Amino acid sequence: MSWRGRDMAALLLLIGLGVLLAAVLEPILFGAAPMLVGSQIQALGAEPTGAANLVTAVLLGYRGFDTLGELTILFAAATGAGMVLAQGNRGRHDVAPVGFVLQVGSSLIFPLLLLFGFYTILHGHITPGGGFQGGAILAAAYFVPLLGHAGHPLPSGLTTLLEGLAGITFIVVGLVAMMAGDTFLTPFGDHGTLGQLLSAGSLPLLSIAIGVKVGTELANVLAHLGGIEQERG
Amino acid sequence: MLNLETLLTTGNLLYAGATTLILIGIAGMVLQRHLLRILLALTLVEAGVNLFLIAAGFRPNAAAPIAVAGQFPASMVDPIPQALVLTAIVIGVGVLALALALALQLQRHYGTLDMAAIAARLHAAPGRGSSSGLPVEPSHSGKESAS
Repeated sequence: MSWRGRDMAALLLLIGLGVLLAAVLEPILFGAAPMLVGSQIQALGAEPTGAANLVTAVLLGYRGFDTLGELTILFAAATGAGMVLAQGNRGRHDVAPVGFVLQVGSSLIFPLLLLFGFYTILHGHITPGGGFQGGAILAAAYFVPLLGHAGHPLPSGLTTLLEGLAGITFIVVGLVAMMAGDTFLTPFGDHGTLGQLLSAGSLPLLSIAIGVKVGTELANVLAHLGGIEQERG
Repeated sequence: MLNLETLLTTGNLLYAGATTLILIGIAGMVLQRHLLRILLALTLVEAGVNLFLIAAGFRPNAAAPIAVAGQFPASMVDPIPQALVLTAIVIGVGVLALALALALQLQRHYGTLDMAAIAARLHAAPGRGSSSGLPVEPSHSGKESAS
């Protein structure tokens, strides 16, 4: 391969970028990075939200509004992917027959994935997990029967309905906090006992809304990308 | 003087790994001509950034920021980078899905994902818009495939 000007320029760019990144990272000491907000949140502990998992407390309690923005980005990306794929030829291409192992394996793993996804969503405030992770697992559970040609686990109209309901739930929880006189999405409700399943007030509700929304959105995208468009009846 | 012992700490290795991932990804995005490889390089950059953020939240001898049996550990890692990366991963999946959808339509329309070939096709068809936004000069087209 000959060295063309383009490749040389790219190489120069990389070297410059490497030096730049090294210079930026050099004063950031490993293990003692100068981030003050995190230690403040740790000092407060579970006091403001009642959640045993501080990551979930940050995600849904401290910056719930940002999380709503991120859900909007995900919604825009999923809608865009669906719109781009919906136009053009919609020809059904022949799909190779599915082997025995994939068929049996997919029906075996589907209920387990579903259970694990909902467990991850519901325990987001007390163990590692939450709406985003559990939603991704639910989307995987949705996709497994499609791979095994066992049919659609949910009709596409229902996934769209669930997605809309989840988004509305998130916003309604935020509005309820406003009705109580607080700002939008302020955590409310009884904190309960730290580490119990029914604790942390409104955070599990938000977790469930995020989980359902992420799950249905990713499932829609996967179904579109797989070219497995369902006939609209 | 620099000696190897102080240079090869876990932190330096993690930072160096994150930087290398970012650089490999940018190299792939600039040098490759196949669209799927460009997208793969984009996810490498994302992985590098996420790795750096998580590494920045590390604290020595710290546990996960989760209360066990109603008690928070004495020393916890920073929860904020973890919350940021958590959403960044999901957003990355959504963006990648959108990019793949666009790539699928390109493949349907042009029959190839080689950006050089697509740029050449765009130049050959006058009045269909310019190819100046594409990251390849059309003069190289067809001579070499993405390697």
